[in-house]
Amino acid sequence: MTSETSGFTARQYAICLAGVVWREALRFLHQRERFVSALVRPLVWLLIFAAGFRQVLGVSIIPPYETYVLYEVYITPGLMAMIQLFNGMQSSLSMVYDREMGNMRTLLVSPFPRWFLLGSKLLAGVAVSILQVYAYLIIAYFWEIEPPTPLGYLTVLPALALAGLMFGALGMLLSSAIKQLENFAGVMNFVIFPMFFASSALYPLWRVQESSPFLYWVCIANPFTHAVELIRFAFYEKISWESLAAVAGYTTLFSAGALIAYDPAKGMLMRKGG
Amino acid sequence: MSVEPPALDVAQIGHSYGARRALDDVSFSVPAGSFTVLLGLNGAGKSTLFSLITRLYAAREGKIEIFGHDVARESGEALRQLGVVFQARTLDLELSVMQNFVYHAALHGIGPAEARRRGQAALERSGLADRAKDKARDLSGGLMRRVEILRALLHEPRLLLLDEPTVGLDIKARADILAHVRALVAERNLAVLWTTHLIDEVEPTNDVVVLHQGKVLAADTSANIIAATDTETIGAAFERLTGAKMRDAA
Repeated sequence: MTSETSGFTARQYAICLAGVVWREALRFLHQRERFVSALVRPLVWLLIFAAGFRQVLGVSIIPPYETYVLYEVYITPGLMAMIQLFNGMQSSLSMVYDREMGNMRTLLVSPFPRWFLLGSKLLAGVAVSILQVYAYLIIAYFWEIEPPTPLGYLTVLPALALAGLMFGALGMLLSSAIKQLENFAGVMNFVIFPMFFASSALYPLWRVQESSPFLYWVCIANPFTHAVELIRFAFYEKISWESLAAVAGYTTLFSAGALIAYDPAKGMLMRKGG
Repeated sequence: MSVEPPALDVAQIGHSYGARRALDDVSFSVPAGSFTVLLGLNGAGKSTLFSLITRLYAAREGKIEIFGHDVARESGEALRQLGVVFQARTLDLELSVMQNFVYHAALHGIGPAEARRRGQAALERSGLADRAKDKARDLSGGLMRRVEILRALLHEPRLLLLDEPTVGLDIKARADILAHVRALVAERNLAVLWTTHLIDEVEPTNDVVVLHQGKVLAADTSANIIAATDTETIGAAFERLTGAKMRDAA
């Protein structure tokens, strides 16, 4: 990997990181339709889908819940993760777009080490996704979807940060492989929908296991399931160690893949030519 | 004491995309404080060379040094000396001119207050002081390019690369940009590598590198190349060297 010593001070590293995050936030605020659609998508699920399905799907008492919960309450962590998944993929789209427009080149020609530049970009995307989730939670609050105590809003934050990192790293890995903008439709079909549906976002996994043991194992292997469960438990001030380990493991795996893909010596950028 | 190394030293660079040979044994250097034109038709390998110099991908054959710093091994030091204006527009269109400056400065470890100070000073020198708050989207093509050049110089590099900077601009904007960059070379002792396929951007005293189908056919002053090819103009010299017609878009 890049092993050069750039000779920058810690303060300069901080300036660079802050600059990348600041730019991402500015861009996000300027793209209002992106903000609105990031909110509308989960709200459609919450207000229409969940309302229709609450009578069909009964959710038994499963951890972390200690009482019967409304279906809306059950799917909220899944929708929070969905916001982050979309955001991670959208950041990847913006990286493809940036690369085509040359903005990615502006970033990569910076003298800071490349792992640091990509890491900064990743953190910037995570920050934006967390903003989106909290905006959703504010609206959900008015539908009486809230954690058992207000502390849940705080304890869910580290879970959101880690889940955001995992989706961001996955998006970055995919972005190195996607050449054309139009392929985001492919990402929707082949990444977002399967990850969302083959997970515990919409139905508890014991129900899946009853109907298809194979699908159950797919769901267990799905990183999205673990992001959902991590968030679900954290929202209730609890920790799912299994999900924490899975999310941390997948994050490491995806980040390493992205670093290899963007490494100038080995990268896929090279094979594509310019 | 050793003499100062050249601003840019490209030594025996080769690069292939699969079976296609994009660059073959390319060597030339850009002396400090000089204006060097890299002349080549579209597809000559200019963009690939650019990607290698800016370390978008690593050189597998040969070596590139910027003021003596190997781009592959000491990329931090090398890229610090380098300002780049890419062929594609790279300003953030949603952001203002000054916000673009602040972002670029951050990528070089320069804080926002200092970035604003430098940015404002640069705009004032160019008579653009009132454009700081304009959105990049609202600038004309020529103005965007000038802002990109100012941006590339914010971290005070000693070598400036420009990849076909005048493509798509009208004659007046082209002349303005060229005059601006030539003035920078004279005032700041800046080394410039200017790639183009437009022959009228070359002056007789300029160093010229003729790149054709991935190979360097000549690297000397414009006057020497004309003399060596026994021609009258650099355009004719180019045609004799390459056997190709150079478009003279005057």
